[in-house]
Parts: sequence; C-alpha cells; structure tokens
Amino acid sequence: MTFEVPKYRLKDLVDKPTYFTGGHRLCAGCAAGSMARQVTMAFNKPTMIFNSTGCLEVASTIYPFSAWEVPWLHVAFENSAAVASGVEAAIKAMTRKGTYTAGKTDIVVFGGDGGTYDIGIQAISGAFERGHDLLYILYDNGAYMNTGIQRSGGTPFSASTTTSPAGSVIPGKSQFRKPITDIMIAHRIPFVATAAPAYPADLVAKVRAGLDVEGPAFMHIDASCNRGQRFDPAKSIEYVKMAVETCLHPLYTVIEGEYKLSRPSERIAKDPSRKIPLVEFLKKEGRWRHLFRPTERTDLIEKFQAEVDKRWEELLAKTGF
Amino acid sequence: MTRIAVTGDDAVALAAKAVNPDVVAAYPITPQTIIVERFADFVADGEVDTEFVTVESEHSAMSACVGASSAGARVFTSTASAGLMLMYEIVFIAASSRTPIVMALANRAISGPINIHGEMTDQMLLRDSGWISLFCEDNQEAHDQTIMAFKIGEHPDVLLPVAVGLDGFILSHAIEGIIPVSRDKAQMFLEGERKADLKLDTTKPLSIGLLHLQDYYMEARAQIKDAQVDAKRIILEVFDEWEKLTGRKYKPIESYMMEDAEYAFITMGSSAGNARTTVDELRARGEKVGLIKIRIYRPFWGEKIVELCKNLKGLISIERAHSFGGPGAILSQDIKSCLYGSGVSPLLAEYTIGLGGRDTLIGDYHRMYERAKAAFTEGKNLPISWMGVRE
Repeated sequence: MTFEVPKYRLKDLVDKPTYFTGGHRLCAGCAAGSMARQVTMAFNKPTMIFNSTGCLEVASTIYPFSAWEVPWLHVAFENSAAVASGVEAAIKAMTRKGTYTAGKTDIVVFGGDGGTYDIGIQAISGAFERGHDLLYILYDNGAYMNTGIQRSGGTPFSASTTTSPAGSVIPGKSQFRKPITDIMIAHRIPFVATAAPAYPADLVAKVRAGLDVEGPAFMHIDASCNRGQRFDPAKSIEYVKMAVETCLHPLYTVIEGEYKLSRPSERIAKDPSRKIPLVEFLKKEGRWRHLFRPTERTDLIEKFQAEVDKRWEELLAKTGF
Repeated sequence: MTRIAVTGDDAVALAAKAVNPDVVAAYPITPQTIIVERFADFVADGEVDTEFVTVESEHSAMSACVGASSAGARVFTSTASAGLMLMYEIVFIAASSRTPIVMALANRAISGPINIHGEMTDQMLLRDSGWISLFCEDNQEAHDQTIMAFKIGEHPDVLLPVAVGLDGFILSHAIEGIIPVSRDKAQMFLEGERKADLKLDTTKPLSIGLLHLQDYYMEARAQIKDAQVDAKRIILEVFDEWEKLTGRKYKPIESYMMEDAEYAFITMGSSAGNARTTVDELRARGEKVGLIKIRIYRPFWGEKIVELCKNLKGLISIERAHSFGGPGAILSQDIKSCLYGSGVSPLLAEYTIGLGGRDTLIGDYHRMYERAKAAFTEGKNLPISWMGVRE
C-alpha cells in the first residue's frame, strides 16, 4: 500500500477552520450538521461542494442565506456525481487553457441515502467508472427524512418508516439494506471508507485521505436523524457510536483494494466482548418500538442480529481477522 | 473558404470544433450520434482542447453540462428525442441556473411507438423551459447557428442555454455543401474564451442552486422571462455580426415572396425548403403565394409574424409536431396567439405533417395549398389536420 490515511488526534482539530457556519436550519441534534462541519475541517486547499437535494441542501441554503463558505452548487437530487464530473472536467480543461488559475481543487459531493442507494446510484457508478477525481460522501440517516421518513434502500431491516410502517401484519421494512459500500468497492476505486461523526478525528482524517487520493473516493458516513429514527435529540452522537459498537456500521477503509479496520472497530475485532448486542441499540430508537411491544419480536431481532453478524464476519475475513 | 460536402451532424461537429469548448458531455442516441462520434475523433486526434465526458446517460450529460457551465466553462452537448426527454428535469434547471450551454438536437420523434426519424416535437417541448430555441433549414444553417448559439447564450444580458435543432435524418444524415467557419474566425467572433461573471470561484465563494420558497421563487423565474425579452435584441446583434464575418444574412423570421402575397405558408426547419420550392412552382402558375420561415421559436417574434400577415387572405401553418387534445398543433397555437387582438386576422389552415419522418413531398405541399385555398375562398378556416395519415 502506497497511500495511508493521515493520523489526527482530537486536539489537532481544535484549530482547524470550518466552512459550514451556524445559522443553518437543520433540526436540533441533527448528526448531518455535525458530519458536514467535521468534513470541512479536512479542507486545506481550494475546495468546492456539490450537494444533492435533501435535508442538508434544503436546510443550509434557503435563499437568500447560505451556510457554506466555500463554492457550493445544488442542481438536483439524483445527479450530484454527474454535476461534479462536469466541474472536474471543466477545471481540467480551463486549467490547460489558463482560464482557471486556482490550481488543484478538491471536490466534495454530499448525497443522502435516498440520493445514493436509490435515485443517484447510476450517476455515481458512471462517475466512478470514468475515474473523476472527487470524494463522494454518503451521509446516511436511513430513510428519506427530508420528505417525511420514507424507506430507502439504506433503511435498516424492520425499521418503521412512513412507507414501511409497522402494521399489524407487516412489521416495518422487510428487506436488509443494500450493501452500498460493497457496491462502491466493487468499482475498484482507490479509496473507500466508512465513518461516523462520533469519531471526529477518524472522520476528518478519512476525508483528507479521500481528497488527497488520485481518482474517485467514497465515504459512507452514518448520520443519525432523531426526528426520523425517533429518539431524544441529545442522543444523536451517542447512537451513531452505538451503531459502530454493534457492528451495524463498522468503521474501515479500503485503499487500493486493501481492507483495514479503523480503531473503534478494530478494538471489537480484537476483543469481541466489546461488541454490543444489536437488541440494545434497537431498544433505543422509536423506529424499532414495534419489535418490543406489545410483545417482543425475538424472531425478527434474531434475524437482524444474524445478518449483522454475517456481514461483520465477512468484513473480518477481508481485514485479516 | 472552399465548400465541403458533409452531413448535418458533421456540420454541427465542425462548428463545435471551431468553437473548441471547454467541456462536451454527451451520450449516444440516433440521429445525433455522428456529432459526438466526430467530436470524439477531434478529441482523440488532439484537434480540440476539450474535456469530453462520456457520461452514462443523457440525464448525467445535462447535469455535467450544468456543473461545468457553473464553473465558467464553455459547454456543448447534443441529443435527440428520448435523450432530451431523460434530460428534461435538468433542462429546466439549466435555464434557471443561467448556464449558457449549447445543445444541438437532431430532432426525432418521441416514443411510443419507438421511431428514430425526424419530428420536432422533442425540441418544441422546450417551449416553456427558458431555453432559446433555434431551428435550421439546411446544413449551412446548422453549422452557422451552432456557433452563433454560444455568442447569444453567453451574452451577459441573456445567460440562457440555447438549443439548435436540425431535422433528424433529413438534415442530420443528408450530405450538403457547406462553407465551414475556421477556428480563427470562430474565436474572433466569440471574442476568445467565455467570460463568466458569476461562477464557482474558490476566491469568491458563491452558493448556487438555493431553495427559493414562496418569497423568492417568482422573482427568480421572472429573471428568465426578462432574459428571453432581452435575448431578442442580442440575437439581432449577433446575426449582424455574423453577416459581417461571413456575408451570410440571418433573420429570426424570414420571408420569401411575401411582398404581394395573398396566401403564405408558415413553417420551421427543413420543411421550409419544400415550401419554398412549392412557392416557386405556384408563382409560375400565377398564384400570389409566399413563405414565412420561423428560425427562432423561443423567444417568439410574434410581432414580426403579425406584420408579415398584414395583407394576407390566408395563412397555412405546417409543422412536424402535434399537441394531443390541444387547440391546434404546437406552432399553430403560437401563431393564433400572436394574431389574436393584433387586428390582423388572415384565415388559417393548420397542418401537422411528417411525424416519425414520414416524407412530405412537393406534391403534398401543393395539395395542402389547394385544399386550404378552397376553404379560404369560401371564407373558412381549415382546422388542424394530419397530412396524409391513413384513417
């Protein structure tokens, strides 16, 4: 491996400028806001942001206000990877002609789970195949939260949403979520990572690595939504951490095809007693309330746990554990 | 410069080569594919400085174009029919983002049933999008108008995307002689690279594409409305400059044998060729007939059409398009709208012709004329009918 993720400590972040200002209209406790702020801490050169339609876009740029202090463009929901492709191409051509003089410019794309797992996957796949030099960040809150909590390809198993409601016959979403990170890894792009805003030093370092690598990079960041996942806004970072500790959202990198667990997940790999049973996490969030009342749906909880275990074991095998 | 024999698609590709855009993002679809194939040759042979983004869909093509144009790049793309349909969401955003993208459209029938041949309905649906919309009668016009489109769209008083339509197969694949414009001439005409004032600029961070709610949306849309009005002035200036550069004279609405005409055809694109020949033949028989050719569909020069219709007894509207359930076809609705209340009201015959590339020959134009004239003589309009359709 020729390329490594830089090592940051939390105190390294203290002096880093951020380019996502207060005054945006994201909900109290929204982890997407924490995620966005942390991402901008990794910026160290001219940078542009491309944002798919979604909560982050809507809440950060209600005309005539903007929370962004770097060039920012929103075009539509499903096409941010294509929009960024065009900009990357423009910068190349204009740099050759001498009409673009800012030099090397980092390109960040933000898409939610709807914009990434579902409607935007074609544009992302195309951009990755063509090899554009950009970092695509999936901030995943597990449903179409902006339109009112509809299920997406990223909604976890058995979660209740407004289009996969927990009914008297069907108990929430019937499917497991699409293995989006595996799909992106399969594109053989040079850098793929998962992260969570509960681990800011890890997240910022991975963003920096994703921007520094030549070619396409992808990050899957878990960003909880207390409104849609139904929990106390004060708990958003705590529950993102729990998703890592249950191995529902393990943290790792895949650089040039080489898998490596990041510290929080590596600790669990080395000491499996640290792995929190999924049921503890499910109990915390209202989207799984129907798994516990009126009666506990042990069958579904076990099925969900088995799938999480399977995917975790697969990851362990790939990372050499 | 010497004349060369090329297809309409080649004529457009050569225009794009002369312009040397920063970014071309395109996806294959018949009958425009030759444009991007030829352009890919220019890229592969190092004859242009363009980044050619071979996107995975037309939706991404238009998206990449909006992105590139927002970064200040000069941008070109090309598509047709279903490709344009897939782009439509972003087509509207291209206008509201004020990105002066130039898009050649080899006009093709819309599915279904699937058909790959000529029809203008695809581009005419751009009507309400904010795009400047031009149509071409022949390959020279396709070449010239592609270059002029950049100058029109990029003008700071316009800043709107421009569509240049050439009839699928009838122009796109037909070989005609054109006098191509050289790279030097095109660059001189465009005054060098694009100068974008507002763009993605890391030294002056700007947010573009913000949410406009009830308090600002109408104002944002009104700016497009105003730009369409201003575009009329700029288009006339650009046509004047083109005439100075090439000697070729262009007008938004062209007229032929209209001075003493009692009846006239009004049409767009390659149909004007057959209409003109029919006018010549009818004139030889002593019929007082002329032709109005609409080159620019948006912005619509209604006032000019009214002026040309002032002394007409009857007007015959002919178009390769239709609006199901509408009060006429698409162009004929516009014509009726601009005549209403103008004090000029010739009798009107409305025809839809040649959908899906069906031939409409000179004889058909004679038949349309005779049938219209018979109605006009009885003081009647001829409501919309589809020429030659089997019942």
